[in-house]
Amino acid sequence: MDSPKTLFDKVWDNHMVGKLDSGQSILYIDRHLVHEVTSPQAFEGLKLKNRNVRRPDLTLGVADHNVPTTFRNLGIDSIKDKIARIQVETLEKNLKEHKIEYIPLTSVNQGIVHIIGPELGYTLPGTTIVCGDSHTSTHGAFGALAFGIGTSEVEHVLATQTLLQNKPKNMKIEINGKLKKNVTSKDIILKVISQIGTSAGTGHVIEFMGNTIKKMSIEERMTICNMSIEAGAKAGMISPDITTFKYLKDKKFSPKDKKWELAIDEWTNLHSDKNASFDNSFTFDIENLKPMVTWGTSPEDGISITDVVPDPKDAINLEKEQSINKALKYMDLTPGTRMTDIKIQKVFIGSCTNGRIEDLRSAASIVKGKKVAKSLQALVVPGSGVVKKLAEEEGIKEIFIEAGFEWRDPGCSMCLGMNPDQLENGERCASTSNRNFEGRQGRGGRTHLVSPITAAASAIAGTFVDVSEG
Amino acid sequence: MQKFYDVKSVAAVINEINIDTDAIIPKQFLKTIERTGLGKFLFFDRRYDSSNNIKKDFILNKVPWNKARILIAGNNFGCGSSREHAPWALLDFGIKCIIAPSFADIFFNNSIKNGLLPLTLPKSSIEVLCAHALEKKLIKVSLLEKKIFYDNIILDFNISDEVRERLLNGYDDIELTLQKKDMIEFYEKKNLLESSWRIIDNERKS
Ligand code: SF4
Repeated sequence: MDSPKTLFDKVWDNHMVGKLDSGQSILYIDRHLVHEVTSPQAFEGLKLKNRNVRRPDLTLGVADHNVPTTFRNLGIDSIKDKIARIQVETLEKNLKEHKIEYIPLTSVNQGIVHIIGPELGYTLPGTTIVCGDSHTSTHGAFGALAFGIGTSEVEHVLATQTLLQNKPKNMKIEINGKLKKNVTSKDIILKVISQIGTSAGTGHVIEFMGNTIKKMSIEERMTICNMSIEAGAKAGMISPDITTFKYLKDKKFSPKDKKWELAIDEWTNLHSDKNASFDNSFTFDIENLKPMVTWGTSPEDGISITDVVPDPKDAINLEKEQSINKALKYMDLTPGTRMTDIKIQKVFIGSCTNGRIEDLRSAASIVKGKKVAKSLQALVVPGSGVVKKLAEEEGIKEIFIEAGFEWRDPGCSMCLGMNPDQLENGERCASTSNRNFEGRQGRGGRTHLVSPITAAASAIAGTFVDVSEG
Repeated sequence: MQKFYDVKSVAAVINEINIDTDAIIPKQFLKTIERTGLGKFLFFDRRYDSSNNIKKDFILNKVPWNKARILIAGNNFGCGSSREHAPWALLDFGIKCIIAPSFADIFFNNSIKNGLLPLTLPKSSIEVLCAHALEKKLIKVSLLEKKIFYDNIILDFNISDEVRERLLNGYDDIELTLQKKDMIEFYEKKNLLESSWRIIDNERKS
């Protein structure tokens, strides 16, 4: 009998093409997503060497990072920034030239690349998926091996439909327990990263398991896998199950009829074997977890919302003490301040972490009938045209607008502020995105990562608030 | 890809953990469709104030480190976004080698694909090198010999043969893979027939 394998081992083995003389593995790539920011130099590279795209049929393109979130009906004319416009035009031209399917800005299917992949059934269990974007880890929620790559690797995939890889290690993170009301999968992943740190996952693929994960919806699982990169991991994965299959059934690119049956047969085997060994493992009990919020400039700076800003004097070593001091200075925070006493000026609900319909529904349930705090600007940016449409049909848009939120067109928006949606110098933001690095949302801007529910409640209160019950 | 040659230079020290790619090259410079010209924007928010004046106290703005070809940093260098603009900006500025206790995966890959050497050393060695670097003394990194030279001291370092060969020879990965085209074709014939669910049917496409 074969030795027991992890979920990751299985997907890896199924995609092994062979090896180079150097010993590096050639890994086959089933799905390649391309966007405007990390692809132009890759297409340029192909041209310089007279190379073709090997499998245009396995490639899909969309513009999401630098697109404005207003007047999208104008298509490319909505982009006022000349350089940004050239980048999107370059994407369109490159895709057309290589006969790669493109989702135009005016399409209802346009959106953040990691939201539309799953939505269209492009993301499937047991496949390998790459994109020139670190949050490609999101797709691992379906039991795909999905990871972010740089532009040179984008070029490599375009030319060969493969990547050169050394096999990463296996890590297991088990999550058990029942969440309190209004505590979410975002709070879980922030908690995990606050405990293991931003480099614990380096060189590993993390498999998330445990009874909490089992009970989660596919969208909640996506939030978890999305941020595995913030733990430094190559990818995050979750074994596909009935929840996964139900979600994928009849999606646009999902297999149909006979192929669907064949697929389900194969997908049912996509789990770590009993006794499969992991190089590293962690277990978390989240029964008493409170909503989380970050106070600093690294995703590992998460604390319970009922906690106070940490004191650098309590740091475990000098290096950490210095980094806490630096973060406190940038964030303009004093040790000992209660998180719930901190005033915010902006709220951003969106991004590939929390820009899906369930996120908007949960945020809307908090906002309903209330008003956004005075002088605070709050933005809702649906992750895709499909999310936006659904939210409009369900009356969610009305709830947000009546409360004083701005309702925008889909894109990455204020998650990274490549488009006009940015923080001003010194502004403090409760954000449902994934990174709180210095300047991430705008130079001098101060980002606090939270769940959509906490973001919504904080927009009403004007400060962070604890919304958990039970 | 450019071959990697020995580097001898002063070394700039940014002894901080978790230096992310947003800090190395902020988003507003990612709109370019070129690989070159990013050096002037390297560590933009730290090199220039909000009115675009040079911040004189930042190490990369100080003589002689403004010409440094080696950068020494803390744990988990290059974490965050996958933007290859980060190694492009470092190279364009003149940095050829970064020494740190650890690197984020994607940044590490992006670097070695561009001829930038990410060199991992234990923290204790790095502390010694930092002190030396801050005295403006020269450090030599020889990838061929797998050694670092400073004063009269020689420090060995580890690096995988595969990464070393690639950098020394300036390999073109795509070329190497295309030499194995038969394998790829064989794999596709075996696994990706029209009847496979992994294929995206044309009629399913819009
Ligand atoms: S939403 Fe943010 S993290 Fe996600 S792909 Fe866009 S920029 Fe990256």
